[in-house]
Amino acid sequence: MNSPATQFKHDAVRLTADRRHRQIINTALDKYAVKRDEKKGLFQDWLGARQLAAETKWEAVNHLDRYLDQFVRGLEARGAKVHWASTGEQARDLILGILKARNARTVVKSKAMTAEEIHLNQALEKAGHTVVESDLGEFIVQLRGEPPYHIVFPAMHLTRSEIQETFQQKLGDAPSDNPEELTMVARRVLRQKYLQADAGITGANFAVADLGLISLTENEGNARLTAALPRTMITLLGIEKVVPRLEDLALFLPMLATVGAGQLISGYNTLYGGPRQPGEPDGPEEFHVVLLDNHRTALLADAEQRDTLHCIRCGACLNVCPIYRNIGGHSYGTTYCGPIGAVITPNLRGLQDWKHLSYSSSLCGACTEACPVGINLHHHLLQNRRNASRQKPSWWQKLAFQAFAPMANCRVLWSLVTKVGRAGQKLHPLVLGTRLDPAYAWTQTRDLPPIAKTSFKEWWRHRL
Amino acid sequence: MSERDSIFARVREALTVTAPFPGLPHDATRPPRELPTAADHRRVLPAVGASLAERVALFAKNAAELRADFKVVADGDELATELRRLRDAEGWTRLASHRGSLTDSACATLGLPVLLTDGGYDKHELETCPVGITECDALVAQTGSVVVTSRTAGGRALSVLPPHHVALARRDQLVADLPEALARLRARYGADFPSMISFITGPSRTGDIERILVLGAHGPKKLTIFLA
Repeated sequence: MNSPATQFKHDAVRLTADRRHRQIINTALDKYAVKRDEKKGLFQDWLGARQLAAETKWEAVNHLDRYLDQFVRGLEARGAKVHWASTGEQARDLILGILKARNARTVVKSKAMTAEEIHLNQALEKAGHTVVESDLGEFIVQLRGEPPYHIVFPAMHLTRSEIQETFQQKLGDAPSDNPEELTMVARRVLRQKYLQADAGITGANFAVADLGLISLTENEGNARLTAALPRTMITLLGIEKVVPRLEDLALFLPMLATVGAGQLISGYNTLYGGPRQPGEPDGPEEFHVVLLDNHRTALLADAEQRDTLHCIRCGACLNVCPIYRNIGGHSYGTTYCGPIGAVITPNLRGLQDWKHLSYSSSLCGACTEACPVGINLHHHLLQNRRNASRQKPSWWQKLAFQAFAPMANCRVLWSLVTKVGRAGQKLHPLVLGTRLDPAYAWTQTRDLPPIAKTSFKEWWRHRL
Repeated sequence: MSERDSIFARVREALTVTAPFPGLPHDATRPPRELPTAADHRRVLPAVGASLAERVALFAKNAAELRADFKVVADGDELATELRRLRDAEGWTRLASHRGSLTDSACATLGLPVLLTDGGYDKHELETCPVGITECDALVAQTGSVVVTSRTAGGRALSVLPPHHVALARRDQLVADLPEALARLRARYGADFPSMISFITGPSRTGDIERILVLGAHGPKKLTIFLA
């Protein structure tokens, strides 16, 4: 098993050179960008909206104890059962326990990144449950045995013919590569699953504290069906999902849809507050809410990077990131990819093992600009680099700087070194592109700019 | 210590240090403002005209873009005519609905066998109904959304399981924007919220295959909204 950094480098190098991959991603994301800008333009003041959203999430995250307590009390008053999990393993065990107690064999799931985070599907299948992803994109990647490629568009990297092939192989039903016909194949298959399933598992986009409601955003209606038909409903969400009041959704629902998918608002935004209530015709008999920490409190304890918990998982930073667009979602090897993944993964899964993600950035700041809740993403990448080298300084970097400092501080030595460098650079083409090149690591993928013919000091001395 | 307590302990311990307020320098001392109000939200969200006519026009524009059918009808008679026309055009032989003043007269005028969801129903039977007719709590002009709840629109599945969802609304249910829709929900339900509230915006849709829009991914392929 390769280290995460080696694996990352290998996959990134391979995919960066893959022009077909790049074309698929660019086509998908360019279509998205047109729609996103169109919808952003409808807002009277997008930057103002961003500031309000950031302030609202700041309030929620910085008083998380109060809002969580309120959220849970509201839910419990309607008969929902709330569970707490410090780790992914605890959350998996809790969910397995609920399914066992309810004698639920088949489970239908609507897209949830938290479930990916704790590898829920593998655990459920291992325990003998049948799990079906109901979001079309997730359904496709599940059939292929792949993790989602993007946190909002899981099957973005696949062409219609690849999807046709998958359906043909796994379902034995793929009349053509027409997206509409393929969608109808999935519709037919999944309709039966909703009706048969014993339990439904969902994620949540927001937790409305003052009323104790979860808010779920989707376009397909799969979460609506998952929450309507099975007799047990389980919602897994991170503790950072809270917003203080119902009224805050007036801002968050359209902002999430605008930057997430280029829609003014998503197809279905649904609030759930409990199991079937007296007088209601349907809905689950039991509603379980599992609140997950899984290192979120560690992020919370870091005041400098606490704003990463404002994240609403819209995927906007992925879509604009030049690194993501070149290396793709799978190269990261993480649940959360793109800039937000590069910021939080080292903090969630080990700084030294995952710091390479914080280095794989041009620091262009496109992510920070795209973020609807104003997370200072590219500065957090720099902070991760600082923290990583402070925690485990690199001996050769130290050595290099120890050699460099006296040289740069001594006029005579410095001018000698630049002169030698200038002369040496003339010989550079002889070794360029070979392992003999001392700057090989750099020149492999980049140009080395020539040293100026005259230094500033020389130029000043000989000016007219 | 229970997991709940240990999570709360970690949260409280973490929050003993204050994080910088968004948009201010790290060492700023200005106290943060109160939470944004509906007026703050209205200043930044997409604009909506003040008159009823403007709201109807905006809702119609949004519905058209979302590929939902939206019709304003003058009275109950015109609504009945339109519903019968839909029944004949689509060849409905049965329908699903729930008890309510608008839905009762709709069911009566259509003269078809009706599956009423109130008080429980067979989900397999609902799945075979070609249409679900529901009332709603509000229409939102700003976004083209229909607001339904598990208490006032025949439960959770009626508005999403049949392939065609017909939503019936009264004129006073058309609200300007999202802040108004949420305020109405709070005013109506107060401390007793239904277990499900859904903002339905257009028919079920997906773009998961090459970002190409397909309607009817899982839920209704058609959404028809009547404003009576």
